Amino acid sequence: MSTAALELREVSRVHGSGPTEVHALRGVSLRVDPGELVAVMGPSGSGKSSLLTLAGGLDRPTAGSVLVDGTALETLGQAARARLRRTSVGYVFQSYNLIPALTAVENVALPRELDGRRPAAARRDALAALAAVGVEDLARRFPDDMSGGQQQRVAIARAVVGERRLILLDEPTGALDTDTGEEVLRLVRARCDAGVAGVLVTHEARHAAWADRVVFLRDGVMVDETGRDRPDVLLGRTTS
Amino acid sequence: MSVRHALLALLEQGPRYGYQLRADFEARTGTTWPLNVGQVYTTLSRLERDGLVDAEGDDGEGHQVYRITPSGRAEVAAWFSRPVARTQPPRDELAIKLAIAVTIPGIDVGTVIQQQRSATISALQDYTRLKRDVDGADRPDLAWSLVLDSLVFGAEAEVRWLDHCEARIRRHARAARPDETSPAESTTPKALR
Repeated sequence: MSTAALELREVSRVHGSGPTEVHALRGVSLRVDPGELVAVMGPSGSGKSSLLTLAGGLDRPTAGSVLVDGTALETLGQAARARLRRTSVGYVFQSYNLIPALTAVENVALPRELDGRRPAAARRDALAALAAVGVEDLARRFPDDMSGGQQQRVAIARAVVGERRLILLDEPTGALDTDTGEEVLRLVRARCDAGVAGVLVTHEARHAAWADRVVFLRDGVMVDETGRDRPDVLLGRTTS
Repeated sequence: MSVRHALLALLEQGPRYGYQLRADFEARTGTTWPLNVGQVYTTLSRLERDGLVDAEGDDGEGHQVYRITPSGRAEVAAWFSRPVARTQPPRDELAIKLAIAVTIPGIDVGTVIQQQRSATISALQDYTRLKRDVDGADRPDLAWSLVLDSLVFGAEAEVRWLDHCEARIRRHARAARPDETSPAESTTPKALR
């Protein structure tokens, strides 16, 4: 079996202790392969965001193991973990989190420069990433001169620039209208079809429906999952 | 569903025979509501009886061709000008099932809701895949794409309603048992008792 882009093994996260103890996640296991988009759905407080922060190495589990590209995050020191997080994982948030003083191409090139690339090479990578999401014409624009949908496309380019093969999306369409939100999902889907692994946290069924699998969280427990090994029978459509 | 009006509206575009009408109908609706040709011919003979179409005779290849009449055109115009009636909501098996489930002891409503949500989102995944194919085609098929949108919106509304039901049942359970602090247990409908 090939290496999973992301694997959660029996991950639990407890905040606080004693009577105020809160179980954000309880024994959650999840595997996401390259080229796969997995949506995580659940009401607020169900553990969706905890799952994403643990997957991205921004938080550590109380029990269990998180593997990114086959490397268990808990075996790494702080510096190595930060490096893996920076070089292997891309994040997309509801608020696009672009740096206002930098142009689109500079925003996308920044993580590559932090990877240690020379500025000219980082810029080339950034232009390639912008082209991959269809917004190379926005390269010289500043975030304030872009629409929400355009900023989110640039944020996606930043998340997949260079060698990043895992993209974590936290309600990426939350601030966008329906059509623009759909465009963003189309883009994420295309990146995944090109080999990136994606985890999409959303409360909108229509956006989750772009995923290969949808998992449901309730009170920190994964209660159900759709879309695995589904037969290709659609609407009883016939070929006649 | 008004197959009758849909076929009549298609006949307004010019004379057709049964198989052509079926093909025209299904091209627009993507075989979401498959028609058999017997149903088409039954509908056509009723339309003829009501004076809305005339049988024109054979097209030379054994097909009975129909042409719309002036009263048929008036009927089509009237159809487009009045809204589809919603006074009698269609029977909704899911709403009925949940209405019954919450009143019967021992039914795990949380599971009933989750199973439905999972099935509906699976359907939504199928519709979304079909939509990607349709919208990504060289010449996107607007009619079929809009029918798919309708299915997407319908499924989405159902999921939202299920989320709403779940939240309300949980609130109800908490109110009924204020000393109960474990939220995991309140998903079971037994907490409703």
